[in-house]
Amino acid sequence: MLEEYWTYILIIVAGFIATDFWRWLGVLAGNRLNEESEALNWVRAVATALVMAVTAKLIVFPTGVLADSPLWLRLSAAGIGFCVFLATGKKVAVGVIVPIAILVAGLFLLET
Amino acid sequence: MSAEQRDEPGNLRWFLTGMRGVISLPAIILMTSYVGFAAFALQAGLTRSEAVVMTLGVWALPSQMILVGSMLGGANIVASFLAVTLSAIRMMPMVASIVPEMRTQKTPVWLLLFLSHFIAITSWVFASTHLRDVPRQNRVAFFAGFGLTLTCTNAAIVGISYGIVSQFPPVVAGALFMLTPVYFISSIWASSRQFVVKLAFIIGIVAGPLLALVVPQFDVLIAGLGGGTVAYLIDRYRRQRRRAVEEAA
Repeated sequence: MLEEYWTYILIIVAGFIATDFWRWLGVLAGNRLNEESEALNWVRAVATALVMAVTAKLIVFPTGVLADSPLWLRLSAAGIGFCVFLATGKKVAVGVIVPIAILVAGLFLLET
Repeated sequence: MSAEQRDEPGNLRWFLTGMRGVISLPAIILMTSYVGFAAFALQAGLTRSEAVVMTLGVWALPSQMILVGSMLGGANIVASFLAVTLSAIRMMPMVASIVPEMRTQKTPVWLLLFLSHFIAITSWVFASTHLRDVPRQNRVAFFAGFGLTLTCTNAAIVGISYGIVSQFPPVVAGALFMLTPVYFISSIWASSRQFVVKLAFIIGIVAGPLLALVVPQFDVLIAGLGGGTVAYLIDRYRRQRRRAVEEAA
């Protein structure tokens, strides 16, 4: 009986509660913050730095197929893409298409 | 939902507008990532319904990968809980930075607690980018429309693609994987108006990988908490100095 449901118990305890606990704390903390407050500036900075740290790790330490691709290719795709994005009026589509094109071109060239 | 909330003019329309956000680049990128998750879950021995329940219940792709990984490794429930909860601490500042922008004085706490479940990186970026263009009294409806639809769509995608898509061709898989970070980089930069956010952006992107080499496990936490605090202090110093200069002039 318990065996059957064990995976679901694991998902609820080690998955749902383990993540939503922090979301609930976030609501309780955020609910006390005024939109113009100094504390919200700090919270925004922390949230942004966190998300960007996760993002950069995806590029530097990727999992799956990209793990075998050279780091310089991933870094230059992201870096050149970001520079083109800044230079052409910050269009998100440009910031996505350019690095992907560089990456795909690089992967093809390295394969042959 | 309380009577005042239901009667808020335009809520239904804004809910639908939020729903439409699911047909957008970031949402589509996330969907491809969840196709990848379904394949990973299958390989790891999860059933279709377990993979769907996990998507609905956890709704944070990195945490889900960690949970599946620890289940694969045969970790016990306490170890799994710790590994997942460590990866989810970032949810707290993410949610806390969105709530003040989303609620009104009348928004009940239970509703915010419920909606917080749908905040993960993609919906955080979506909210940071679009909430400011929505009338304040309709922001909760707008976010609910987007968040609920995005989560349910992805749960459906996991259920449907499970067992069908086992692998993309390598170049396609590589490009799909790269979409997520480059999308975050350009959209977060484009949506940042304040200097402090741009500063935190730069510090986080540099500190994340560097700290991963020095203190894996805590890298993201330290990069976020430490990096964000440094960005905040620099920004505050800069504002104070400018004010002092203005006063002196």
